[in-house]
Amino acid sequence: MGDFILLMIGAILVNNILLIRFLGNCPFLGVSRSMDTATGMGMAVIFVLTLAGMITWLVHHYILIPLNLEYLRTIAFILVIATLVQFVEMVVQKTAPPLYEALGIYLPLITTNCAVLGVAIINIDEGYDLITSIFFSFASACGFALALILMAGMRERFDLVEIPKPLEGFAIGLITAGLIALAFSGFIGLA
Amino acid sequence: MPIRDEFTKGFWEILPPFRLVLGLCPTLAVTTTGINGIGMGLATTFVLVFSNFFVSLLRRLIPRQVRIASFIVIIASFVVIVELVMKAYFYQLSEFLGIFIPLIVVNCIILGRAEAFASRNNPILSLADGLGIGLGFTISLFVLGSIRELLGSGTLLGFHVMWSSFEPFTFMLKPPGAFVALGILLGLMNLISQYQARKGG
Repeated sequence: MGDFILLMIGAILVNNILLIRFLGNCPFLGVSRSMDTATGMGMAVIFVLTLAGMITWLVHHYILIPLNLEYLRTIAFILVIATLVQFVEMVVQKTAPPLYEALGIYLPLITTNCAVLGVAIINIDEGYDLITSIFFSFASACGFALALILMAGMRERFDLVEIPKPLEGFAIGLITAGLIALAFSGFIGLA
Repeated sequence: MPIRDEFTKGFWEILPPFRLVLGLCPTLAVTTTGINGIGMGLATTFVLVFSNFFVSLLRRLIPRQVRIASFIVIIASFVVIVELVMKAYFYQLSEFLGIFIPLIVVNCIILGRAEAFASRNNPILSLADGLGIGLGFTISLFVLGSIRELLGSGTLLGFHVMWSSFEPFTFMLKPPGAFVALGILLGLMNLISQYQARKGG
């Protein structure tokens, strides 16, 4: 159990997927303008990433390795993720309409979120077993949501202050992200 | 000349990742030195040129409903080629770029160009578009990488260029430095555009 807690802390705070590993930065800057969209995106990513981590692990160990097709990993994973996202979208729409209302528009965006493919590949490269992979995927996604929501909280306030004209929009967003990343590097000693 | 226009627009008008704020993950992650920036940029350019060309060739055959999935399969095929070639011939670089080579698949620049340009234009124009945007991206990565390398370790392309008492600020090589450097560079570019607009208008 201690190992899992360490893995969780490591994935959420020390090697935060957005700020330290640099995965999933496009949605990070794209949807962090308001708290609501950030929360929606964060939840959608937690849901899909955990599932994707599990399924890509199974695909790699039970389909690609027995057939000696490891070199097709990239194609196989992205197809699995794209199908999974589409499937999740349909299932959620049918079974949980309120959840669909909340996550709906963020789900298709997740296919090209490199955090999902990135975590799937890290799971394989690090040689995690199935349970560890699921834990790691879940923890990474929580780290993603945490950073996204923190960022949104700060960016909402930018509307109220005067920012030098050339820095408006993405530029100040990037610099803020840099400062949040600096704060997160304070956690390095934890692991 | 439309071909030349499509080619050159990638260098300033919609220069990624500054004007087209896409493809940020590799931009931030691999630009600790100029040479890594070039390597990542060229790998992306290769995929972008070929995926643009083939998407454009097949644009009448792909049904609209499944176009995104089809584009991803085309892109992923070229990414696998790049992955294998880099492992075989540029092992050191491929070790450094690591996970970001397979992640070219989900680089939004490539899917973005396939959707916004290649699926609507002929193969020759798409080729020019891909090459222009790809080289623009390579140059951006090289500039960003060089700035971080120069300030973070005092070297440029591996050679010492700063004076001997120069104290490198390793902050620039760390992840936070990547965000701040890109943000400041983007701000400078906006400043230049605003100056141009004021002079022109």
